[in-house]
Amino acid sequence: MTQAYTPGLKLAGRIRHRVCRRLPIPGEVLVQVGQQVSAQQVVARTWMPGEVTLLNVAHRLGVAPAEVPGLMQVQVGQQVQAGQLLAQTKGLFGLFRSPLLAPISGTVENISGVTGQVILRGPPQPIELLAYLAGRVTEVLPGEGVWIEAHVALVQGIFGVGGEAYGPIRLACQKPDQPLEPECLDQSMRGAVVVGGGRVSAKALHQARQLGISAIVTGGIDDQDLREFLGYDLGVAITGSESLGLTLILTEGFGEIGMQERCWRLLSSHEGRLAAVNGATQIRAGVIRPEVVIPLDDFDPKTQPSFPKIDPAEASTPSEWPSGGTALPVGAGASGPTLQVGSLVRIIRAPYFGQVGRVIDLPPMPQVLPSGVKTRVAEVQLSDGSRVIVPRANLEWIEEN
Amino acid sequence: MTELAPEQITVILATDCGSTTTKAILIEKQAGHYRQTFRGEAPTTVEAPLADVTMGVRNAVRELEDLSGRRLLDPEGRLIRPAQAGQGCDIYVSTSSAGGGLQMMVAGVIREMTASSAQRAALGAGAIVMDVIATNDRRRPHEQIQRIRELRPDMILLSGGTDGGTVEHVVQLAEWIAPARPQPRFGSQYKLPIIYAGNRDAAPLVSQTLGNQFALAVVPNLRPTLEEENLGPAREKIHDLFLEHVMAHAPGYDKLLQWVDAPIMPTPAAVGNILQQIAQQEGINVLGVDIGGATTDVFSVFDGQFHRTVSANLGMSYSISNVCAEAGLEAILRWIPLEMDIRELRNRIKNKMIRPTTIPQTLDDLVFEQAVAREALRLAYQQHRQFAVSLRGVQQQRTVGDLFAQKASGQTIIDPMRLDLLVGSGGVLSHAPRMEQTAAMLIDAFQPEGVTRLAKDSIFMMPHLGVLAQVHAQAALEVFERDCLIYLGTCVAPRGQGKPGSLCFRYELDGPGGAQTGQVLAGQWRWLPLGLGQTARLRIEPARGWDAGAGSGRSVQTLVHGGTVGLVLDGRGRPLMLPANPNQARTLMQQWVAEARLYATE
Repeated sequence: MTQAYTPGLKLAGRIRHRVCRRLPIPGEVLVQVGQQVSAQQVVARTWMPGEVTLLNVAHRLGVAPAEVPGLMQVQVGQQVQAGQLLAQTKGLFGLFRSPLLAPISGTVENISGVTGQVILRGPPQPIELLAYLAGRVTEVLPGEGVWIEAHVALVQGIFGVGGEAYGPIRLACQKPDQPLEPECLDQSMRGAVVVGGGRVSAKALHQARQLGISAIVTGGIDDQDLREFLGYDLGVAITGSESLGLTLILTEGFGEIGMQERCWRLLSSHEGRLAAVNGATQIRAGVIRPEVVIPLDDFDPKTQPSFPKIDPAEASTPSEWPSGGTALPVGAGASGPTLQVGSLVRIIRAPYFGQVGRVIDLPPMPQVLPSGVKTRVAEVQLSDGSRVIVPRANLEWIEEN
Repeated sequence: MTELAPEQITVILATDCGSTTTKAILIEKQAGHYRQTFRGEAPTTVEAPLADVTMGVRNAVRELEDLSGRRLLDPEGRLIRPAQAGQGCDIYVSTSSAGGGLQMMVAGVIREMTASSAQRAALGAGAIVMDVIATNDRRRPHEQIQRIRELRPDMILLSGGTDGGTVEHVVQLAEWIAPARPQPRFGSQYKLPIIYAGNRDAAPLVSQTLGNQFALAVVPNLRPTLEEENLGPAREKIHDLFLEHVMAHAPGYDKLLQWVDAPIMPTPAAVGNILQQIAQQEGINVLGVDIGGATTDVFSVFDGQFHRTVSANLGMSYSISNVCAEAGLEAILRWIPLEMDIRELRNRIKNKMIRPTTIPQTLDDLVFEQAVAREALRLAYQQHRQFAVSLRGVQQQRTVGDLFAQKASGQTIIDPMRLDLLVGSGGVLSHAPRMEQTAAMLIDAFQPEGVTRLAKDSIFMMPHLGVLAQVHAQAALEVFERDCLIYLGTCVAPRGQGKPGSLCFRYELDGPGGAQTGQVLAGQWRWLPLGLGQTARLRIEPARGWDAGAGSGRSVQTLVHGGTVGLVLDGRGRPLMLPANPNQARTLMQQWVAEARLYATE
């Protein structure tokens, strides 16, 4: 294909950022438009319908399903307590009646004369939605959630595990390619978003969890170490719901690889600032990449041009980009930045995996690679001055602000 | 919609909007025949920030314009119609699997009977089946309700009971779905569609139970009796709802729906459509596979019965890590003739998973990907064989002879010995640098027995032709025969096992190159040239214990067709057993790779 697909990751020193925070089911929004919120402030709340318990009353009482509605001692919609009489048989001349007691407290949701089943729903569970982005509420979706905006520094990772986490940025490594080992971590990092450098080891992750560190952001990890930390082999890259007690975000990938210099400089420059991170990753349809969001200052929407309206129903990702994006088709000028001679790129596959360089030529005709694959390529000058030929599909464009 | 008569149609544009790539092909009438002439592709644009599928379509069409010199879009980006000299097209059709395709949940009373029929209906309609709920699926009711609650399907197919049969169990399923209140995948603005295709007597009660929380559509029972499946009405309804609900909510599809001259079909449904037509026309048994980045689809038409399975997490990029987890790295390594660093390999797999669009630059990277492909295909085929079974629950009349044959209902109908044509498609098969590599991957994964023709859908054109067949069957079939399939050749493989080096079979081959005889030993394969369009008479005399289709040790005579690879005489045994010892397996692979010149440089 003439238009190679090079998904670049967002790395911004200062952008206007907005996130849509929505409840999974309708509920109550607790904040107002214009209100300044902190990252861990509850902005909306709802009650998740309780667990369902099915009771086969016909079977339990040894009666036909059609008889069940006539034997019920409670009605649909009625609250019942655990141990309360739900139904009982007519017995013999009113004697020897078999009772059926409620196994849980809850509400009677349905009584079926066809199947003889009764559905009890347990008490609703509260769900509280945090702001995640410290900023200003710019829109309220009544009963659903809010849009929050702020000026932030933003780093998108390539892969993560674990959900949302918060804390001040702390540096654990002196250089972007320094491996992150247990000795880089200490008690003072409790509750922090710790920025490493190169490959993090499983030992360091366990240590971080023990120390109560909120999140680790680093360049890479060995697959073997990730397996050890997770306790299983990750089959499909859909993550974020793990309960690990620690969120991990990789900026580069798997293997011995250091964090990209620009990324490391950006994160280092914000040491001490509060950050919100999310390890959730989904590589398939509706791509979600993990992120580190560092709110920079107070945001006043009155002084800012407004965003184009986005239908929240279509906003499948937790945040929406105000401009640009991650899909960078080569040559498709109208739809975003393009790969050109002079572009700064990162090579994302062997044999030059992880190396950064500049495109010095984009030959129009496809070339045959050592693998035998015929494809369109780019000539890239690496940071050590050497020149290499790389398939365009194996290049990731690095945005230069 | 075009108002032209079929014979007036001279230029056809077709696109397939895949989850990562939108592929466009141009079909033109040349000297009285329809031929596929040009092809273009571009990244699919359903994701933010572009979020409009038609942008990807336009980009792919623009590439077609560049290559063909034919102008297809006007300055405003609209399709020029009808075709005139040097510009425009008469028909435009499209399939789609973008945005994760059509995702469904199905439910039936008995897992092996009505639930299985419902699953077949959904898969045949091109859906990904997220889960199958049945009253006997060993999960407790609250676990099933919890599961329904977690899923966010595009629609639900509810079946159960033969007509006049159980009402209670069907209503029970509805009673599980109603309180679970599953939410539709695209927003919460519309009601989740449920298709009811069960016992007709239960329909009013099901409707009452589900209430007005869902958009319920009632269609005729898909299993009216145990002996009969009637999947057509349910499949049609799935397609209707796919267009009304799923497509209408996907970004940009409202525009695309106005462009097309035939309803947009889910990609796999279109592939199934064209394969069924070919099997019927030629009177053959066909097996087709499409291995993608996330999923692998297997299609079969055996004795006129069509089956499709989707192995949701077996693929070459997004799901590559899952292939390794399911098959085990050891199983993959046995297909590799080189020594590799395990730690490095594991990291490589994960890097491919998180950056799915990259391609192998080095030879060892390619060898490794093709080894993973063998295992992904093998696992997907295994799942297909388990699913493509005769109807379970059918009362059978048995004779004394049947007692010895030990045949029961619910057995797989896929018989590798009776397979006539094996078609492979999808990036790793279609874009393999050498045709020999494609043939070897197909043979190793599917292990065809007896005499089987091998082909590849060079540029994955089957979806385009499947959807085109709806409006112009003649054009679709002509292009399929002339341009779609690239015949690789024929594989001849007797069933059986033998000591390595012992005789497997002798052969006599009489073809364009003259007559020749030879033998193939157990544990060997031989690759003989037989060109595209050429045929040869082949006589096989298997050794005792080997069956080439006529029974153990009995000779077989047949006409074999050539192709870009030729004739593969495979004496490696069926099932194909590889040594457990990694060093021995590697040595054996090196011999096989050398004989087939799989990675030879020209």
